[in-house]
Amino acid sequence: MADVTASPPLALPAPRRSAFARHLKAMLREPRVAIGGGFILLLLLVAIFAPFLAPKDPLEQDLMLGTLPPAGYAGAEPGYWLGTDDLGRDVLSRVLYGTRVALTVAFVAAGLAGLIGTALGLIAGWDGGRAGRGISPPPGISVGLPPGPPSVPLGALPGSRLPSRTAPPASIGWTRFCRVVRAETQAQASMDYVVAARTIGFSRLHILLREILPNVAPALIALVSLEMGIAVIVEAILSFVGLSVSSDTPTWGGMIAQGRQIVYQGWWVLVVPLTVLFATVLAFNQLGDGLRRALDPVMRR
Amino acid sequence: MNETLIDATGIEVTYGNGIKVLHGVDVSICRGETVGIVGESGSGKTTLGRALLRLVDVSAGSIRFDGRDITRLPEGEMRPLRRRIQMIFQDPMASLNPRHTIRRILSEPLKLHGLAKTAAETEARVAKMLERVSLPAVCLDRNPHELSGGQRQRVGIARAALLEPDFVLADEIVSGLDVSTQAQVLKLLKGLSADLGLSMAFISHDLSVIRAVCDRVYVMRFGKIEEEGACAEVFANPRSAYTRLLLDAIPLPEITPGWLDSKAGVEDAA
Amino acid sequence: MTAPLLSIENLNAISTRENGAPILRDVSLTLERGEVLGLVGESGAGKSTIAKALLGILPRTVQVTGGAIRFEGRDLMTMPSRALRDLIGTHIALIPQDPQTALNPGRRIEAQLTDALRLRRGLSSKEARARALKLLQEVHIRDPERVLRAYPHELSGGMRQRVLIASAFALEPKLVVADEPTTALDVTVQKQILRLIRDMQRTHGTAVIFVTHDLGVVAQTCDSVTLLYAGKVIEAGRTADVLTAPRHAYTKALLAAGPRYDRPDSGLEPVPPSVFEALRAEIGLG
Repeated sequence: MADVTASPPLALPAPRRSAFARHLKAMLREPRVAIGGGFILLLLLVAIFAPFLAPKDPLEQDLMLGTLPPAGYAGAEPGYWLGTDDLGRDVLSRVLYGTRVALTVAFVAAGLAGLIGTALGLIAGWDGGRAGRGISPPPGISVGLPPGPPSVPLGALPGSRLPSRTAPPASIGWTRFCRVVRAETQAQASMDYVVAARTIGFSRLHILLREILPNVAPALIALVSLEMGIAVIVEAILSFVGLSVSSDTPTWGGMIAQGRQIVYQGWWVLVVPLTVLFATVLAFNQLGDGLRRALDPVMRR
Repeated sequence: MNETLIDATGIEVTYGNGIKVLHGVDVSICRGETVGIVGESGSGKTTLGRALLRLVDVSAGSIRFDGRDITRLPEGEMRPLRRRIQMIFQDPMASLNPRHTIRRILSEPLKLHGLAKTAAETEARVAKMLERVSLPAVCLDRNPHELSGGQRQRVGIARAALLEPDFVLADEIVSGLDVSTQAQVLKLLKGLSADLGLSMAFISHDLSVIRAVCDRVYVMRFGKIEEEGACAEVFANPRSAYTRLLLDAIPLPEITPGWLDSKAGVEDAA
Repeated sequence: MTAPLLSIENLNAISTRENGAPILRDVSLTLERGEVLGLVGESGAGKSTIAKALLGILPRTVQVTGGAIRFEGRDLMTMPSRALRDLIGTHIALIPQDPQTALNPGRRIEAQLTDALRLRRGLSSKEARARALKLLQEVHIRDPERVLRAYPHELSGGMRQRVLIASAFALEPKLVVADEPTTALDVTVQKQILRLIRDMQRTHGTAVIFVTHDLGVVAQTCDSVTLLYAGKVIEAGRTADVLTAPRHAYTKALLAAGPRYDRPDSGLEPVPPSVFEALRAEIGLG
């Protein structure tokens, strides 16, 4: 604010709108956020209302109606809009129900990874020294590894319920958060406002949570979204490999595995879940990227 | 009023990479007096200030505050004392949390140290201090970046003063300010200091400011004290060649023929 | 009576970013050949804007809405950009404020010093190098060979500023703009740099505009001074006159606001609000 008449002590700062309103406006204006976020929102609605949206029971098998093509193709059965798989199950319904697994894993795994990674990152970044070194090697090691392979052995753990599905992506994903939070915390910890907080006598915990974390949080918002995309892929890989649930519960990965086997007889069984998976991950990526773009310039004042 | 509040002897500070920044410094500050610490970059003046506040670890020497040895006091015991030892920073943009409102920045310390029991009391104290530092009440709901440089600096002063400390360290607090803003801020600081009976350590590279604000002065160079004494004495009869150098380097706002040609500073080596 | 080297006439500029807020209001000043002028004002007064206009580096958010900048009779505001760049590149030079950021950290000093010589004078590498060596000697650098080979981070702040001064005078410009050249330097080095600028100025007969907020620097180095506030010229004249007998209340107030180590009981008087009010009324800010 180059207010040249600010020398008199009573010059007022300019009026402004609330920070939340400004951020919201910036976010909605960014196309990536609108499109990516919109798609995720759609998926969310699909996941919640799957029982009402799915035309058929996803588990119901009818061998008489096996491997039927989607609507518009010769031999399509009315009511099975995207065709059926070799066991006669409706592809569309299975894809819709598969959204539940995908999104649940996405949110829970990313949430877990975020919580663990942020907590450890804050601690590591503040100390920088002993505690920091103890925490850092795992992130350092996993820098070069894609999230899939290390998750596989973890996915082989017994149990086909939610915990066993969210643990693998979370167990690797936390390192991403940890690294970012640690670097941000270290940068913020040397700033004068943190020194000021120390001189006032705030406890370390207070400083980490109430002073530093709010300044680190913007970097995390985009990361969470990206992490969700990664979690979806990891879950798909695990179901693909058969390490996830029984093939009854519809998962996109499982559908892709199945579809791969009968790709010459029914390409749609492979293509449909693959496309939806691709679109979902793309949406998460775009959302994350868009959030980062929208929030950064607002913050960087 | 000659009771010693802060007594630091033989202070040595060594950074993690082995570089010694302070080589045995002795500083003492009495109640109610304002002491200047002047030096150029690399003199160690900032490190000395932070050592006094126990923000950096002292590798040798001792610091006594109000008779109590605080040199190696664990942080838990140091915290309650912190209310009495406050600091004002050079860059208020960096020393005020960009995500907090001014109200929060000023209120939280009061609540932490129990200086205000109710929300109403906190509000009242903050409002009174705002008026004292000539800041309009609308500032309370703003973030630091929405205020001017001079206003931010006054928030920094208000924050320190609200805790009614015994001692305040002012670290280059007017270095980036215009002459007129500087004068306002310093006048405010002097007034507050008199009202609250504060002891102050004023760190600066500007000898003219020190002369106008401080009773005594320590001249630092390369981590050591070159000269110390009452301002009147040191400025009138500087004993150290370095002090003379510093004084000579200041251009006064009246034409002094030959000033530019008189003995200049140290030749800066490559 | 020859025409002045530089004549700024009723220059007006606004900020396109802040809804047309005026940055310069009817600024006029003249500079003779070889004269040293102090352009003084607090932050936001417009002195940097004027300097940038002279150097042709006004940001896009600043729009000149009226007036002229005549350099040797030619109006810089109406010149085609190519001719403008040639003129500024050859005749107007800058000594920047921060020696840290003004030099390219990835290039050796020699490269940066000889750039302009080779581009504008058409000197060969050898000739340019020889000239650069002489320049470094002129600015009292004791080991010019070593400095030429060095990278900026290997030199001290004072050395870097000397290199920048050498660079400014390399093409024998008619006007040098010194933008707060000592602010980023240690106190003990500042005086040497000021003296160096004065010596170079005298040797080469260059006119200098000192952009500064420090009236002390102006007193010791400038022949004349122009004081700005909120983009308007408040007072201007010979330094001796303005400092000993200031006419405007703001000038007097500024002089009284600065602390003086030789007068402990005077100085540090904040500028009275009445002075600011009078200024605002005068400017028309209401």
